[in-house]
Amino acid sequence: MRSQKPLRAYWRANVRLIAVLLVVWFLTAYVLSIALAPWLNQFRLGNAPLGFWFAQQGSIYVFILLIWIYARRMDALDRQYDVHE
Amino acid sequence: MSVEVWTYLIVGLSFALYFYIGYTSRVRDTKGFYVAGRGVPPVANGAATAADWMSAASFISMAGLIATMGYDGAIYLMGWTGGYVLLALLLAPYLRKYRKFTVPDFVGDRYASNAARTLAAIATIFISLVYVAGQMRGVGIVFSRFLAIDIAQGVLIGVAVVAFFAILGGMKGVTWTQAAQYAVLIIAYLIPGVALAYLLTGNPIPQLAFAFSDISERINQIQTDLGFGEYTAPFQSKPMLDVLAITGALMVGTAGLPHVIIRFYTTPDVRSARYSAFWALLFIGLLYTTAPALAMFARYNLISTLHNKPIDEVRQIDWVAKWEQTGLLKIADKNGDGVVQVAKGKAFQEKGGKPDFNAPDMTNPNEVYLDNDIIVLSTPEVARLAPFVIALLAAGGLAAALSTASGLLIAMSSAVAHDLYYRVFNPRAPERLRLLVGRLAMVPALAAAAYLGINPPGFVAQVVAFAFGLAASGLFPAILLGIFDRRMNAQGAIVGMLVGLTFTSVMIGLMRAPQLFGAAQPVIKDFFGISAEGIGIVGMALNLVTALVVSRLTPPPPTHIQEIVDSIRIPRGAGEAPDE
Repeated sequence: MRSQKPLRAYWRANVRLIAVLLVVWFLTAYVLSIALAPWLNQFRLGNAPLGFWFAQQGSIYVFILLIWIYARRMDALDRQYDVHE
Repeated sequence: MSVEVWTYLIVGLSFALYFYIGYTSRVRDTKGFYVAGRGVPPVANGAATAADWMSAASFISMAGLIATMGYDGAIYLMGWTGGYVLLALLLAPYLRKYRKFTVPDFVGDRYASNAARTLAAIATIFISLVYVAGQMRGVGIVFSRFLAIDIAQGVLIGVAVVAFFAILGGMKGVTWTQAAQYAVLIIAYLIPGVALAYLLTGNPIPQLAFAFSDISERINQIQTDLGFGEYTAPFQSKPMLDVLAITGALMVGTAGLPHVIIRFYTTPDVRSARYSAFWALLFIGLLYTTAPALAMFARYNLISTLHNKPIDEVRQIDWVAKWEQTGLLKIADKNGDGVVQVAKGKAFQEKGGKPDFNAPDMTNPNEVYLDNDIIVLSTPEVARLAPFVIALLAAGGLAAALSTASGLLIAMSSAVAHDLYYRVFNPRAPERLRLLVGRLAMVPALAAAAYLGINPPGFVAQVVAFAFGLAASGLFPAILLGIFDRRMNAQGAIVGMLVGLTFTSVMIGLMRAPQLFGAAQPVIKDFFGISAEGIGIVGMALNLVTALVVSRLTPPPPTHIQEIVDSIRIPRGAGEAPDE
């Protein structure tokens, strides 16, 4: 049986990463795309009002990016703590 | 060649492809039948997940819905994509590591409770049944619109196709046909999208034309002139609180839908489950970022083509004539001036949720009725594309509906055959019997899908809110806590699920009383400003809080359960035999 200690550290690092990424997820979806959308609409991305662009385009790009970052970072963590397949 | 010949040809070819794939991926054991032998590479699983997820509604109706709602359509765009972030970070890798076949498997084992297992299995069956009704209806509608085949016959053809590869190949057959179906549906969606973007803005990439052409300014101008609000202005159809709640409920509901979750069981290891989620959302995002562009272009184009033009002249346009015949578009010259007026309000009075074309609604000046489906269905003709593109659109709509239906059938039959029959009723059933029962369980599921597709209950759209609400308030918290809270025990999880599910069901029942029970009035209009579509997020919060409190007041789970939790948190060992 392996020591539980490094495994606990691995899990803590994982949870920390998840927390950071979910904060970005929350800010993108609920703050930039909804709560601040009326205010952001005074700015423009190209010709589109910014809040509207975030709600219908930008947020989806951010979601895709977040999953990619998570998968990449977890590859590194899995190796660092030697828990990969 | 005529459109009809093209449609028979392309739909026929795509079906032949599905049959071929279904036949070559037939299976002989339960591991193949339920989780495709866990041999699906991430890109293929991503494509299969995308097709599994994107339904007939996403493909045919969503762009039209967004076109009507403007900014507020974002609830669907974000709600049906943002859930994948939750899936990828919070659920998929750990459920894959657990090496079982279904969602109730995890809930039942983690809480060492057949009551929890049965509750999860019933929720799975109910959610999937609600969903599959809409898919089969979609198949029937595509057949009837493109090939003039009766809806009932269309539904039966669809059921036969799905039955072939689902019974023969189980999850393996479904997976590989779904991957092929993704290719068909995305090509069918992008060609008209690109053509319309180029025609209206000169930029062929819809996502770029969305931001870097003057289309958003033009549509805001025309909408303001005609008395609509600005297209890009938020909260015109719903207040901000409700938009927040609905987006949240759809995201959490997406992450809790069993037919989506089990797709991640098919990968070779935990790492591939994470990358599957990335590919899945990338593939979904391709359609979901095209849809709002298509919505904006098509709405602008329809209004500017129809408004203030003489009716006789408008009816000369061949797609107007064609779609007016099918009832997707209808013009009523209310003021008798021979000129079409587009304005705010409903063109016709509604009867039983459908417009009554014999009774123009004289309380407003709007003379044009547009069905949501017309935005996507009319693009090839509006953009003057070759007839084979129209045929491709039919094949794409069918691919979207069939792929989602087959994923739902697997989820339902595995809940019946694996969770209820094998795990609860007859745990000593031998492998061959389990496989047979798995195949047999497809039959009532298919029969139910066919019946609901041919005789759709009038409240299908209302019941979909139920599916997301139950997934969000019941399944999602139970799985999440099972992974992230070692201290969570059976008492907490079961009481939490019951509270979440009961609250959500009662609330939806009260708010949707007219549609569900035929009441004259909803019993309550909303819950502190949150509508039935968004109530699942409140149910989820109640479930989480209840589960945490109850679990802390009762004994911790036994050591062997805590060891399960420790083990699913570590990726190594996911690929090892033996699977149960």
